[in-house]
Amino acid sequence: MRHLTFKTATNFLLPLLLLFSIFILLRGHYLPGGGFVGGIIAAIAFVLHAFAFGLKDTRKLLKIKPMSLMPAGLALAVFSAILPIFQGLPIMTGLWMNEPIPVIGLIGTALLFDLGVYIVVLGVALTIIFTISESV
Amino acid sequence: MTINLIILPVLLQFLLAIILLFFWTRTSIQKIISIAGSMFSILVAVLLFSAVYNNKIITMQAGNWGPPFGITFVADTFSTTMVLLASISAAAVTVFSSVTIKKARMKFGYFPSFHFLLMGLNGAFLTGDIFNLYVWFEVVILSSFVFITLGGKKVQIEGAVKYFTLNFLASMIFLTAIAVLYGLAGSLNMADLSGKIQNIQNQGLVQVTAVLFLVGFGIKSAMFPLYFWLPDSYHTPQAAISAIFAGLLTKVGIYALLRVFSLIFIPDLFMKNLIVILAGLTLFSGGLGALVQVNMRKMLSYLIVCHIGYIIGGLGMFTVAALSGAIFYLIHDIIIKTNLFLVAGVIYKINGELNMKRMGGIYANYPALSLLMAIPLFSLIGVPPLSGFWPKIDLFKESFTTANYFLLGCFIFGSVITLFVISKLWSEVFWKKMKNPVRKPYIRYYDEMPQNQKVLLILPIIFLSLILLYIGLGAENIFQLSNKIATELMDTTAYKNAVLGTTKIHITP
Repeated sequence: MRHLTFKTATNFLLPLLLLFSIFILLRGHYLPGGGFVGGIIAAIAFVLHAFAFGLKDTRKLLKIKPMSLMPAGLALAVFSAILPIFQGLPIMTGLWMNEPIPVIGLIGTALLFDLGVYIVVLGVALTIIFTISESV
Repeated sequence: MTINLIILPVLLQFLLAIILLFFWTRTSIQKIISIAGSMFSILVAVLLFSAVYNNKIITMQAGNWGPPFGITFVADTFSTTMVLLASISAAAVTVFSSVTIKKARMKFGYFPSFHFLLMGLNGAFLTGDIFNLYVWFEVVILSSFVFITLGGKKVQIEGAVKYFTLNFLASMIFLTAIAVLYGLAGSLNMADLSGKIQNIQNQGLVQVTAVLFLVGFGIKSAMFPLYFWLPDSYHTPQAAISAIFAGLLTKVGIYALLRVFSLIFIPDLFMKNLIVILAGLTLFSGGLGALVQVNMRKMLSYLIVCHIGYIIGGLGMFTVAALSGAIFYLIHDIIIKTNLFLVAGVIYKINGELNMKRMGGIYANYPALSLLMAIPLFSLIGVPPLSGFWPKIDLFKESFTTANYFLLGCFIFGSVITLFVISKLWSEVFWKKMKNPVRKPYIRYYDEMPQNQKVLLILPIIFLSLILLYIGLGAENIFQLSNKIATELMDTTAYKNAVLGTTKIHITP
């Protein structure tokens, strides 16, 4: 698998895939996409890297353990759910900014929730795949 | 904050689980957080309970979407009582498991899964939406899968396979029933369904859906024909895990059964007879199963099945007095089954055996401890001032006045079997002398433990026994509570009004 072509292609594909995953994440509110798919695509980017350069390099690239992404993402999702409590609204009420931000668009708690899902999915997928490929 | 008080028991468990996930391998920190969090959750449950008991039903529309479209959370007396009982038994089990669960197993996410399980339970009790109920059931099942396979012994995997299969089957049936119900009534909100179900033309299909719900919840609560997964799987995991399973997991099925069959499908004569017959057979088969077991935990598992018959029987008679008895029994059963499995765990730690034939000598060696253990055992039989006596009297009386002589016979049979089985356990485990005890190297025995661990092992049993004594000696308060719940279950207008009538959408300020 460690072919030069593959390695070179991966070097280009990794940032592209990560960018694409973020695009999918942002697109997800009204159109197909969202945190889950985005997270899976981001996981694919790292898995590709692991195939090309080996797990050790990918772990070095990631810097943090994929396992620790899970609670972080969950915490982010819960945070987006409990934000409305402080305004006296029921839990999980969507809060939105008044003005849309250029390129990204209107930002609300739904995006925060989706970002949490993105991180959880990335963490879960990488943990599973890394564990399996280490034990093989 | 007041409107969100209702979701706090769910949210608290979720936050605890997330915090514990951050400390994945640091078990000593996990223990402290888990115990402190469980204590705090009792406080939250008491707060919610008193807010509902003294005033009126609290509702909350998640995401601020109006009923019947959004997901409603409803806290009436029944659901808050269940949340309170769940948090009490969970607190006892966390303290117990901080000593008994091996460190290697804690590192595989014991405590986070525990709090995810409790989140699912609390959510199931508090939701007012039937599909959301399904989702919470799934949360409970997924966490329980972690528990039942934790350790990965052969016997555990065998039990887990049965547990998986039957629970998946139950979930499928439950989901199918929801789908059919949605197709018929076009709503998933339970209060809304309650009003719409009578206006449906095709009442035959409504009956079929009701039976589907009965089967789905029946499997989960270990009712007669499909109960065998329970005694086959509950004795395999660690004592602390079995305790929480025994106390709460089957009871969430019972809760759903009581809720659905009092709110959505009002039982007609056919349904009542069906439930009564199933209840009688549950009592009968569970009792007979318990009779022949020599494995202590397996015997207790069969007793769970047997005693579920009392609660379902109360539902089958469907009068205020019968439901009141059933609720009282449910309250007593949650605490006592948790306690009994904790007691079984301590006995195992003392003897290193689960086969009752090879056990013995506890009374001679630990007289004070035996006296403590006698409280849950005698309460289970229903020795008069203790807690098992009162709901049984209610149920016996009601089955006599409604002329359900078959059910009355099964009730009496169940009580006699319980008496016999517990006296067998008492004479075998407590009074008999242990013959040539063999020490097994892989068990950490009770007398090898340091003093502080012994205290942590016994403290939860004392705590739950005190609550049992309160249920028995302060029966009048519990009667008032169960009567209030039963009246609310029979007359659902307050529930419906609280969900559909008065809930307002909060306008963003």
